[in-house]
Amino acid sequence: MAQFRQCPDTGLFFHKEAENLMKANAVAGVVCLLIAGILALLVVLTRWPAVHLLPADTFYMVLTAHGVCALIFWVIFFEIAILYFAGSTLLRSRLATPRWAWAGFVLMIVGAVMTMAAIFAGKSSVMMTSYVPMRAEPHFYLGLVIFAVGALIGCFVYLGTLVVAKNEKTYEGSVPLVTFGATVACIIAIFTIASGAEILIPTYLWSIGYISHIDPAMYRLIWWALGHSSQQINVSAHVAVWYLIAGVIFGARPMSEKVSRAAYLLYIFFLQLASAHHLLTDPGLSVEWKLFNTSYAMYLAVLASMIHGLTVPGAIEVAQRKKGLTNGAFEWLRKAPWDNPVFSSMFISLVGFGFLGGISGVVMGTEQISIIIHNTIYVPGHFHATVVIGTTMAWMGLTYLLIPVLFRRKMIMPQAAKLQPYVFALGMSLVAIFHMAAGTLGVARRHWDMGFAGNPLGFEYPATAYLLMGIAGVGGVIAVVGGAMFIVIAVGSLVFGEKLQKEAGLLQSFGFPLADSAYTDEKPARLPMAPSEAVEAHHDESSFEAPGTFILAMVLLVSFVIYYFINWKYLSEVWGLS
Amino acid sequence: MTSFLPPAQKNWWAVPVGRQEIIWIAIALVWCLIMFFMMPLWHVYGNQNIANEAYKVTPAKYQAKVNEMIEKYKVREETAMKIPVVAPPDGADVYLLARLWQWYPMLELKKDVTYRLHLNSIDWNHGFSLQPVNINIQVVPGYEMVLNITPNKAGEYTIVCNEYCGIMHHSMLGKIWVKE
Repeated sequence: MAQFRQCPDTGLFFHKEAENLMKANAVAGVVCLLIAGILALLVVLTRWPAVHLLPADTFYMVLTAHGVCALIFWVIFFEIAILYFAGSTLLRSRLATPRWAWAGFVLMIVGAVMTMAAIFAGKSSVMMTSYVPMRAEPHFYLGLVIFAVGALIGCFVYLGTLVVAKNEKTYEGSVPLVTFGATVACIIAIFTIASGAEILIPTYLWSIGYISHIDPAMYRLIWWALGHSSQQINVSAHVAVWYLIAGVIFGARPMSEKVSRAAYLLYIFFLQLASAHHLLTDPGLSVEWKLFNTSYAMYLAVLASMIHGLTVPGAIEVAQRKKGLTNGAFEWLRKAPWDNPVFSSMFISLVGFGFLGGISGVVMGTEQISIIIHNTIYVPGHFHATVVIGTTMAWMGLTYLLIPVLFRRKMIMPQAAKLQPYVFALGMSLVAIFHMAAGTLGVARRHWDMGFAGNPLGFEYPATAYLLMGIAGVGGVIAVVGGAMFIVIAVGSLVFGEKLQKEAGLLQSFGFPLADSAYTDEKPARLPMAPSEAVEAHHDESSFEAPGTFILAMVLLVSFVIYYFINWKYLSEVWGLS
Repeated sequence: MTSFLPPAQKNWWAVPVGRQEIIWIAIALVWCLIMFFMMPLWHVYGNQNIANEAYKVTPAKYQAKVNEMIEKYKVREETAMKIPVVAPPDGADVYLLARLWQWYPMLELKKDVTYRLHLNSIDWNHGFSLQPVNINIQVVPGYEMVLNITPNKAGEYTIVCNEYCGIMHHSMLGKIWVKE
């Protein structure tokens, strides 16, 4: 018999087994974030030319570990927690096959530990991408495969939960938009993991000698179907988190269910083509292949993100205007709860993802412009804007939301929590912007010494490049401080936060079940459809319902157009190539 | 509170879409199409495109081609390691080899002359990153890529490796001189 508890503050229903799994996965994710953050500090302090902390071999090892731990383990553990939340809690359904979900969790832990152990043993400093024929130790690959199998089980548990919810009629009508978005993330995750298996299993067999040769170009092609698509899981999931937080904080409804869901559908159809972004200067691929794939078939996935970029803040604006904040174009935004870290994290995530991550990503993914950006430090600049400001900050906002709701603890240090998103965003924006700037001056990524000290051939980047890398270094340290504040507040709340429910003890914060007294055997009432009066008010033919958002969207577009053509101008000045 | 509740209408797909969204989608779609067509247009009218020319090759074969070129066109040696410098005739096939941790040989080219530059690695992936002009090309072992390059400015250029290639990756440099 499935047991549930209802959160007295939010009315959300938590299935006992699902709740424990969400906690365990979220906590495992935060532990990975902690490790990734410590490693990030070491990377930052080495690439900051004036500090240049680590020796070369340690730097390459630490950089490999940072990439794997942050880009794979932190985001995917947290994503599994989000899937269980979107499938079980939001649909008021029991989680399908909790034992399988625990098995998946254990596999993910085992895989993560195995790969990290391989890296820290020092003989697997191959970077996250592990391009063959560079060779890591076999358990580097095996760990990733085991982790992926665990994540795949999590995906199928989620899909199973959708089936259970449908069969047991736990909700009326269609699934909520947030659950729809999580489902898109899940589908992309399955594609991603399948691609990963397709390349990492043979590579594992190669590393232990069963396969003699893996084609390096083919490896890059299939590996990036894992590497880039995994970031598209993040996009789908963090857009779902934006919608969720907009709904929780503002009571916002999607401007149009049809538009938002159609945009998600475009993600499923087209996002995975982005493997090509990494292969634009590779030999052996035709121009036609590159053009079609790098543009997600005429930028249809970019279109989808631009749609969400309008409809998420638009939904907030409509909700705020309904509450009477109708002065001017931006009163709704000015009077938003900027001191609530749930909202500020989410909104910075949205703006940073669009302006910094989105624009730079499309520009560098343009077939020819890639020539002046490929493998420079512009690339890490770009993806720290997407994955850190975008995804990680969305996860942080969700964590602040879940501490009282899921963990039943009051957040400690509320003043520091108000500040945390701004500190982190400031630091990470400096990292993103100044790495991108240094990249345009040609500074290489994954490179220990931009000074080439002692090299008989000698080469010096312009002095400006050193300045830019120095500013990025300062930004990196600020970001690490912001990240540490998050960890202290989040973990501190789980340990020391005031109990909002007497059963929420220390072990309960880390995945142990609450005492039976917290739950009832009673099945939650069926999840009703949204009240319909919420939808009628709009579609006044003459005026826009969210004019402020439209202005913001046009600002984005104009920045986008200008920056896009500036890069063509840069490209036109380099040597002729044909 | 509808983002996490089922849509208010059972037939939510039939609810008309607001004007604001339709206008934004139209603008965004036009921009997406402009960005898409810029790429083929640049292939026709632009001067910086990566040719579609590449061949599968073995390390031994490629090394032989490099050696043959050096024998024919070597003009001097540089540094204590006596790295040959090659000055190929106008329009020639130029073979550049990447290996742990060196670009081999060095090249001396002429401004505004087009050469067929061949790139290949005989061991791991490397990144051809020409500085300070900032041209970056992936070099994949087993694949010989051919680029028609036309230097447009005289000076000394450095090839940095910008694909991680092991413990001495950061020491991998090469040189190209462009003469008036």
